[in-house]
Amino acid sequence: MEHILKVENLVKRYAKQHFAGTPQGFLALDGVSFTVSAGTTLAVVGESGSGKSTLGSCIACLETPTAGNLWFEGRNLAHAAEADLRKIRPQIQLIFPDPASALNPRWSILDIAVEPLLLQGKLRRKDRNMRACSLLERVGLSADMAERPAAELSGGQRQRLAIARALTLEPKILILDEALSALDCSVQAQIANLLLELQNRLGMTFLFITHDLTMAAHLADEIAVMSHGQIVEQGSSSRIMRSPAHGATQQLLSAVPQLPHAPRPAANR
Amino acid sequence: MASVLEIQNLHVSYFSREVRSRPVLSGVSFDLMPGEILGVLGESGAGKSTLATSVLRLLPSNGHIANGAVLFEGKNLLQIHPEGLRQIRGARIALIFQEPSLALHPTIRVGEQVRQVLAAHQSSKDNDLKERTREVFIQLFSQDTDRIMRSYPHQLSGGQRQRALIAQAIACNPSVVIADEPTAALDPVTQLEIIDVFRSLRKKLGLAMIFITHNPALLSGFADRILILYAGQVVECGPADTVLRSPKHPYTSALFESLPALSGGNEKKSKDKLPVIPGNSLASSLPRKGCSFEPRCSLHMDVCRELEPALVKLGAAHIVSCFKYKE
Repeated sequence: MEHILKVENLVKRYAKQHFAGTPQGFLALDGVSFTVSAGTTLAVVGESGSGKSTLGSCIACLETPTAGNLWFEGRNLAHAAEADLRKIRPQIQLIFPDPASALNPRWSILDIAVEPLLLQGKLRRKDRNMRACSLLERVGLSADMAERPAAELSGGQRQRLAIARALTLEPKILILDEALSALDCSVQAQIANLLLELQNRLGMTFLFITHDLTMAAHLADEIAVMSHGQIVEQGSSSRIMRSPAHGATQQLLSAVPQLPHAPRPAANR
Repeated sequence: MASVLEIQNLHVSYFSREVRSRPVLSGVSFDLMPGEILGVLGESGAGKSTLATSVLRLLPSNGHIANGAVLFEGKNLLQIHPEGLRQIRGARIALIFQEPSLALHPTIRVGEQVRQVLAAHQSSKDNDLKERTREVFIQLFSQDTDRIMRSYPHQLSGGQRQRALIAQAIACNPSVVIADEPTAALDPVTQLEIIDVFRSLRKKLGLAMIFITHNPALLSGFADRILILYAGQVVECGPADTVLRSPKHPYTSALFESLPALSGGNEKKSKDKLPVIPGNSLASSLPRKGCSFEPRCSLHMDVCRELEPALVKLGAAHIVSCFKYKE
């Protein structure tokens, strides 16, 4: 299968900040390499501070990597000019961890879903609204709610709206940065099903950033485990869950809380 | 054994501009035994945090306790004089909030923040307070105690901040700690670490705990009893093992089924859809009469639409509110 995204030796160093921070800065990504095939899901797991979110923002072109290459459809995003990035960003969308703070609560649902199209200046007003409404329906929000403010939505509905907004520009890659972590488990299941359905229908590529290994294994084809800015282990979800090789993976796996009836796989088999 | 905290028929509602009063808790009753860990499980909006704050009368100004009693050491905390309540808050009953980065003051060293809690409740000399602060920190941080006491919250990791909050909570040797989603912001490794901290504190200090969470798996092997809240009502309560292994209320079992199993590489099973509970538990979609879970329940009967189920006793300590069960 064709690789839609190829990351080569990506490095991101945050400069020393005024008085806090270490003198040489903070190395958030320390030589990360991987590829993602089109239409599949790669889950990036790791403990907090391992560089998962930095990786997401680098791929979404929100951060400029310090070194390394980021190939997307034959173009190297790491060295692209800002004017080019502006054309690429719509194709790689990022969904933020907390839907409550990612959406302006006073804006109407429609305004939020339409905004990306407005910024891109692509369609006429009527077409914009139609596109947004059909996406709202697709993620399970009814179009007659469109005029209501986002503040009236529940957590799950907000996350659906965030997904609809990300989809308006028809991205090829959707980066989900802890997109399910803030939700209740019954709502998590609803959104997880929605993601699987979208992938089946639109053939989208997902980068699923999370610290929830169970959900990662459920949604992803492949799992990459990060620790201290490096990918320490990568493989198919079933292989990682069955026989984790690296200590960091084993530690993550053994810390997963579980209900008593589910058999816990031995961490070091 | 006498309970350390008893909550009887608690009714709490919030006022807002559109709705005169919106009930958030309707008739919640339970008791907490000394040294017991009670897990409170529910979705957002079920009234978990309201339960935590109304015990100490810390509700926001639009919150109103309509009815009920909170009995602690022979006193009803809902009627006690504010001065009496002040001596209980933080000293006898401590509350740990969700977000450790918001609950700590950003520009005061964490050691000082714990010392201030002690100073507010104990009139001892400066040196004694410092000594006691150090003792509390040693219980939670085996290494680097002095550096951590001198640190500001932003210099600490999420897990260390959560420990500092726990230090504040246990500083005055409370008999009850109420923890509202204390691990929600942490990764699984740190989460497990904090659960272990709570476990060892219970053993060392004999704390009774109300542990509020939305993650059922977290309570397995940790809580002694589990109470399940749905739309402000207790739908099930029983010994943790029984509830987790064989949940009785349709809501409880549907909730457990919606969790993806750590299948350990069953390739066919992953990428399947998860069983979901249709609909939501927003106040606007709750039925006017009958069982509040009826519209989302796969096992609903005619009677559920008409009458509200009462709590039925299944075992010695297992209660459930559903018409499927009879005493």
